[in-house]
Amino acid sequence: MAFGVVTPVVTTFATAGTALAAPHHALVKGLKVFVIPKNLGNSYFTTADSVKTGGALLALKQLGEIGQETSGTTDTPSSQLPVIQADITKGANALIISGTDPSALCPTLDSAMKKGITVVTYDSDTNCRDLFINQATPQGIGAIEVDLIAKEIHDAGQIAIVSATIDDTNQNTWIRYMKQELKKYPKVKLVKIVYGNDDTATSVQVTQGLLSSYPNLKGIISPTTVGIAAAASVLDTPKYRGKVQLTGLGTPNEMKKYVADGTVQAFALWNPANLGYLAAYAAVELASHAITNAQGQSFVAGRLGKFTVGPDHTVLLGPPFVFNKSNINNFNF
Amino acid sequence: MTSPLAWADGQPGTAPSGSRRLVDLIFRARELGIIGVLAVFVAVAASVQPRFVDSQNIKFVFSNTVIFALLALGETLVVLARNYDLSVGSVLGLSAYLSAHLFSQVHGIPIAAVFLVGLAIGLGCGTVNGLIVAVARVPSLVVTLATLYIFRALDVLIIGGGMVVAASLPGGFLAIPTSSAGAVPYLAMVVAGVVALGAYYLRSFRSGRELYAIGSNPEAARLAGIPTGKRVFTAFVASGAIAGLAGVLWAAVYGTIDSTAGYGYELTVVAAVVVGGVNIFGGSGTVIGAALGALLLATINQALYVLGISSFWDKAIDGLLIVVAISLDHWITVRLTAALRKRSLQHAT
Repeated sequence: MAFGVVTPVVTTFATAGTALAAPHHALVKGLKVFVIPKNLGNSYFTTADSVKTGGALLALKQLGEIGQETSGTTDTPSSQLPVIQADITKGANALIISGTDPSALCPTLDSAMKKGITVVTYDSDTNCRDLFINQATPQGIGAIEVDLIAKEIHDAGQIAIVSATIDDTNQNTWIRYMKQELKKYPKVKLVKIVYGNDDTATSVQVTQGLLSSYPNLKGIISPTTVGIAAAASVLDTPKYRGKVQLTGLGTPNEMKKYVADGTVQAFALWNPANLGYLAAYAAVELASHAITNAQGQSFVAGRLGKFTVGPDHTVLLGPPFVFNKSNINNFNF
Repeated sequence: MTSPLAWADGQPGTAPSGSRRLVDLIFRARELGIIGVLAVFVAVAASVQPRFVDSQNIKFVFSNTVIFALLALGETLVVLARNYDLSVGSVLGLSAYLSAHLFSQVHGIPIAAVFLVGLAIGLGCGTVNGLIVAVARVPSLVVTLATLYIFRALDVLIIGGGMVVAASLPGGFLAIPTSSAGAVPYLAMVVAGVVALGAYYLRSFRSGRELYAIGSNPEAARLAGIPTGKRVFTAFVASGAIAGLAGVLWAAVYGTIDSTAGYGYELTVVAAVVVGGVNIFGGSGTVIGAALGALLLATINQALYVLGISSFWDKAIDGLLIVVAISLDHWITVRLTAALRKRSLQHAT
């Protein structure tokens, strides 16, 4: 990933311990900060958290904090909770969490906040935290996908959506905003929404079904990384390449081949490393009492620049990032 | 439960007799029955949505069938000998990832070498299953249920959160499933050829016939001098090897491989085998029937997607077909037993 060389930060823990009486707006060093993704071994979170990719742990290292990534092995509250409790016992100053459940973690997180531990959520919010780092707004995600497909099909023709499961909250919210954005393009008709269950083989079949039943289909939006890669593998033949356009949310590594051969022109996602990096800065700012979580508070997050706390104690990373032929090779996740 | 039809017919080296002709006829009728059901589904789907029978959609159906047809071939060998291989989906997943991963590890590795590696992984897994079943004499349902989890766990451990992406696979490899002559992919022809070979082996080779004998009555087969352990072991090794090869094909078809490849396939494969007329307690059935079963399930699946019917119905119809197939088998077995008994009484007099 194109984030340059990591500058080594030398922190002597003897001084770090005494640095608590920080001068005005200076950040406290030597804080114990635990980064807790939904589960370990998930490439999305590995990118968001690692030093190598420029994620949360890099920011913590540069700020002179003691950062560590911990979590369970499965994406469930029962797997994540014991880890959070252990981190609190280990004397955490701040927790950066992607919640496996909006409410199940709350009794534990509430007691942590009562003890003065800063709780910042990223990627997936919970009902109990000081600050949520939002990767993108649902409006932003819905709008960018419709704008991309409309441009590719020259503002006219039939489109369809390959979603994940029929009851997925995120997917349905995004689809709702897509329908809203579609009002800007009266000649673009959404003919069908199909569900691939975030399973490669099923997503391939539903895409095939679309192509067989709508021969005039001009474009497909798949707002899920599994769905877009599966749909791309179906369209990656001379019969469909360039004739049926595809966009949605994807990861650069999965989509590289299809962007290179012209099956896909552009797709969107946020940059997970930037998300983790921003979450780490926000957590350290809060834990150092340099800012509060009130709306209007602002801080500078290293390479990403200045951010302001918005309504509902959230910080927005920014508009979704659009990957295309010209930039996709700069990314590796 | 015993099914004497194949046992009566399974004596190696006997000349085609009246009973053999009768059994052959029944098998052929069974296969024709599947083709009939298939024709009805295609006709109904095509009358609602004529594009169901256009060449592109037929190509889709074939490409979705090949992997299941191959797995059904391996499963049939095992089921005929009254055993079950539930680990095929996990073997497929392991082979899909490890073989596809080679393309990025070994620069310029020939595609044939990758297929050999997939085959070897499958052979390895099949050998583990076969040894535990044949040597340690643990029931295969338990053994392969265990290896279903163990091979999948191994897969998850090796892959972690990673995946093989299409960009790391050579174009020639990804083109394997899509290149075709008209509506029929070359790959489907190759798989049809492999199934035909399997059918020939089971019909005409002594060791093939012995699988039927073992499935009809394991104890009698052993007393008759058939090396049952060796035959069952070989069936598991073959099933594993075929699943290994299917894994490499899975990688070529889908291009993106993570630790969920082939998840839950074992049940679809068993369904294809049963719908294809292979007796779930062994002893009767053909690989052509099993492959047709896979084709039937894939066709129904595709028809529902093309007609825009909820995929909930897909599983419900699969279930219905299984019940119908098993009831039909039972009915045929009872009738055939009676017919054969009557015939041998006639011969005796």
